[in-house]
Amino acid sequence: MPTFVKRLLFAVLVIAALFALNAMLSTQGLFGFGLDDYYGRLLTFIGINVILAVSLNLINGFTGQFSIGHAGFMAIGAYASAYMTVYHAPGWELALAGMVGADAAHVLIFVLAIFIGGLATALAGLVVGIPSLRLRGDYLAIVTLGFAEIIRIVILNIDKVGGATGLTVPGYTNFVWVGVFAVITIVIVHNIVRSDIGRALVSIREDELAAEAMGINTTRYKVLSFVISSAFAGIAGVLFAHYNKFLSTADFTFLRSFEIIIMIVLGGMGSITGAILGAAVITILPEALRQLPTVGLFGQEFNFADLRLVIYAALLIVIMLTRPQGVLGTREFGMNWLRRAQKRPEGDEAVGADTGVSIAERDTTPTADPVEEVKNK
Amino acid sequence: MLTLENISVNYGAIEALNGITMHVEQGEVVTLIGANGAGKTTTLRTITGLLSPRAGRVLYEDEEISGLPTHKLVARGISMSPEGRGVFANLTVRENLQMGAYLKKNKREIAEDMERAYTMFPRLKERQSQKAGTLSGGEQQMLAMGRALMSRPRLLLLDEPSLGLAPLVVHTIFQAIEDIRSKGTTILLVEQNANAALRHSNRAYVLETGQIVMEGASQDLAADPRIKEAYLGE
Amino acid sequence: MDTFVQQLINGLTIGSIYALIALGYTMVYGILRLINFAHGDIYMVGAFAGFFIAHGLGFAAEPSLVGFAITLLGSMLVAALIGMAIERFAYRPVRKYARMTTLITAIGVSLLLENLGVVIFGGAPRSFPQLLQNQNYTLFGNAAISKSQILIFSVSIALMLLLQWIIYRTKVGTAMRAVSFNLNSAKLMGINTNLIIAFTFALGSALAAAGGVLTAQYNPQIYPLMGIITGLKAFVAAVLGGIGNIPGAVLGGLLIGAAETFVVGYGQSVGIPSTYRDAVAFSILILVLLFRPAGLLGSTVQEKV
Repeated sequence: MPTFVKRLLFAVLVIAALFALNAMLSTQGLFGFGLDDYYGRLLTFIGINVILAVSLNLINGFTGQFSIGHAGFMAIGAYASAYMTVYHAPGWELALAGMVGADAAHVLIFVLAIFIGGLATALAGLVVGIPSLRLRGDYLAIVTLGFAEIIRIVILNIDKVGGATGLTVPGYTNFVWVGVFAVITIVIVHNIVRSDIGRALVSIREDELAAEAMGINTTRYKVLSFVISSAFAGIAGVLFAHYNKFLSTADFTFLRSFEIIIMIVLGGMGSITGAILGAAVITILPEALRQLPTVGLFGQEFNFADLRLVIYAALLIVIMLTRPQGVLGTREFGMNWLRRAQKRPEGDEAVGADTGVSIAERDTTPTADPVEEVKNK
Repeated sequence: MLTLENISVNYGAIEALNGITMHVEQGEVVTLIGANGAGKTTTLRTITGLLSPRAGRVLYEDEEISGLPTHKLVARGISMSPEGRGVFANLTVRENLQMGAYLKKNKREIAEDMERAYTMFPRLKERQSQKAGTLSGGEQQMLAMGRALMSRPRLLLLDEPSLGLAPLVVHTIFQAIEDIRSKGTTILLVEQNANAALRHSNRAYVLETGQIVMEGASQDLAADPRIKEAYLGE
Repeated sequence: MDTFVQQLINGLTIGSIYALIALGYTMVYGILRLINFAHGDIYMVGAFAGFFIAHGLGFAAEPSLVGFAITLLGSMLVAALIGMAIERFAYRPVRKYARMTTLITAIGVSLLLENLGVVIFGGAPRSFPQLLQNQNYTLFGNAAISKSQILIFSVSIALMLLLQWIIYRTKVGTAMRAVSFNLNSAKLMGINTNLIIAFTFALGSALAAAGGVLTAQYNPQIYPLMGIITGLKAFVAAVLGGIGNIPGAVLGGLLIGAAETFVVGYGQSVGIPSTYRDAVAFSILILVLLFRPAGLLGSTVQEKV
C-alpha cells in the first residue's frame, strides 16, 4: 500500500476513534456504553496537557533550551481567541450560519479562533524568542519566567478581557477538537524531530558551540523551535478557554508552567511518548490522590490532593537526584521500538549531559556573561 | 615516592588513559612527554585527585591515595602548577601566593616562603599588588609555580610550564625547576617541549594515546632515534 | 521635593532588602554558576524563623532591642543551616550533571519550601511581632522616616560591610573568591571547596533571612509565598548589578527598589496603575539582558571554547 494511503487510513481511523470516544463521553453513550462526564473532563484535560507537554518538550527536551514560561503563551492564545469569540463571534457566526448552516458556522468560527490564538502566540513567541535565545540556559529560564509574568500582569490590567474578575467565554471545545489537535501536535513534533531540523536541534542541545562551529545557525533554529512550541501552547490555551468557559489569569501562573515542566521531566525530556505519559500521569494524579484517605498532619486534616504541590516538588527533586532522564529518557515507544536497533544507541542519557567533564572542571567565564560570545554576527 | 599502577581513566565514554604504570622516586625529576592529547594532563589530574581512575591505583609514600579529595593530597605534600597556569585572575599576585599557603598556619613560614618566591621570581615582587589576570603568560607561569611551592610540597607536579612562552622565559622557568630540584623537592614534569624536558630530568616516560610506549633515563631517550624523530624534531 | 525624598527613602528601604537577598544570589552564582531559585524562599524561612523565635522567647510580648537582635541572629542561624542543608542534599549530588538538571532541582526545592510552608503554616498571613517601638521622625516638610526604616538601613549597611570585610580581608573570603574563579585551582591550594561552597550558602542564606526579619518589622504580614516575587526581584537586582559581582548586587538592589517606588509613586500621574509595580523589575530584567547582559558592574568576558 502506498504510504499516503496508509497515512490517510491512519488519519481516518484516529478521527473515527475520537468521535467514538466523544460519543461515549456524552450522556447517551455509544451503543449504550458510556463514560460519564467526569471522565470526559479528565480526558479532555489530558488532551490539553498533552499538547502543552509535547510542545514544551520540543524546546526544552529536544533543543535543550530552558523555557519556563509556557503558561504565558497559553494565556496569550486563550485571551486572544477569547477576545474574538466573546466580542465578535456571535455576530460573525450568525452571518456565517446564513450561508453554510449553523453547525458548519460553529466549526468555522472555532477554527478561526484557534487560528487567531495560534498566530498571536506564534508572534509573541517570535518577539520573546529572538532577543532571549541569545542567552545562556539559566538566564533564558529567568527571562521566560519574567515574560510570562509580564504577560500575565498586562492581561490582568486589560479590563476588556475581564481584568481581575475574569472573563466568561462561550463553549466551543469538545473532546474531538482536543483529540484532533493533540494528535496534530504529536505528529508535527514527531516529524520535526525526525527531520533534518530535528537533528540540528538535538545537536544544539548536545553542544551548542560545536553546532555553531559546524555552520548551523543556532539562533534561527532555537527561535524556530521556540515559536512552534509556543504556537501549540497558544492553541492549547484556546482549547482550554473554550472548554473551561471561564478565563482568569490565575490559571496561567508559574504554577501552571511548572506543572508542564514536571510532566516532561517525569516522562523524560527527550521523548515525545514520555511527554504524553507525563501529561497523563500529572493530570490524573490529583484525582487519584483525592481518592486516598485524608491524613492528619500538623493538627489539620489533609486530603492528599491538597498536598499535591508538595508532592510534585518532592517528586521533581527525587527524579533529579535519582533518574534525571525521566521515565523514558530519550527513548520512544510505539512503532519506533521495532526499529530501535537502527536508532542511536544512546537512549538513556540525561538531556544535555556532559560527557565526562564535570561541571566543576569547566573553566568558564569568571564573571558570567550571559550572552554567548559566539553570537558575534 | 609516587607509583601509578595500571591506571585507566575515562572521560565519559572516551578512554583517556589505558593501563598506565609509572613511578617517581624521591629527589628525582621525572618527565612525561608526549604529543597533544596523549593523556599527560589527565595523568597529573588523576594523581592530584581532580579525576578518579576507572581502574588502577595511585600510591604516594606507600599509601593508596586514589579517590582521595584533592585538598587532602595537598595536605600530604603534593602540589601542582596546573595546565594553563590556573592562576586566580581576580586576585592579586600576593593573594594568589597566600592561597598557595592556605594550609599553612605559621605566619612566619608563610612570609619566608613568599620572600623565597619573590627571590626566585623578582618580577612577581614588582607586581605583587596587581591582579594576576594582568600578568603576561610567563609571569603567570612564575606565579603558578611560586604558588605551588608555598605549601612546601614534597612532590611538585608541573603541567606544561613552558607552553606558549618565549624561549627566554622558558629558560628562566627551567632554571627555576633546577633550583627547586636542588632544594630536594621531587618533581614530575609534564611537557610538550621534549627537548627541554629531557635535558632537565633524570628519567622520562613517553605517553602516546593513553599508553606508556617508552621509558628510561632521559639521556638515553634523548639519544634514541625514534624519540629524536617524533619529538625532538630531528 | 519632600515627596521625592519620601519616595527615595521608601525606595531605598525596600532596595536594601532586595540588596541583602541579591547578595546571596550573586555569591552562589559566582561560586557555582547556579541560580538558586530557592534563595527567595530562604528570605521567607528567615521571616518565619524570626516569628517563632520572637514568640518562643517572649520578645513578642516585651519589645526590646536585645530581643530584636537575638531574633535577628537566631533567624540568620536557622536560615544558614537550612541553606547549607539544601546545598548538601539537593544541589551537591547533581552538580556533576547537566546545568539544566541543577536548575530544575533548584526550582523543585523552591516549590517544596513554598508549599511545605503553606501546608505547615497555612496560606493566610501572620503578623510578625513589633520588636521595637515604632516611631516616625520628620525630616522636612512631609518627608518622614520611620524607626523601622532606620533599622533596616543601619542593619543592612552593617551586614554589607561585614560581608565586604569577610570577602576581601579574611582567608576564607579570599578562598571564596578563588573558588568562584577556578574551582580546580582552588582545590590544588588545599582548599576544601565543598566547605567553602557550604559557607557561601550559609552566608547568603543568613543575609536573606536578615532581610526577612527586617522586612517583617516594616511590613508585618508574613506568609509562605512571600519569597516568590521578592526573590525574583532580588535576582533581577543581582543581574542588574552584574551577576557574580558583590557591590553590584547592592547597587542593583537599591536601584530596583528606587525604580519600583518611583514608578508606582509618580506613575499614577502618567496613567500607570500601581498594579504594574511588579512589572517594573521584570521590565528592567529584560532591558538589562537585551542591552547590557553583563550588568552595570559586570565585565564582559569571552567564553573560552
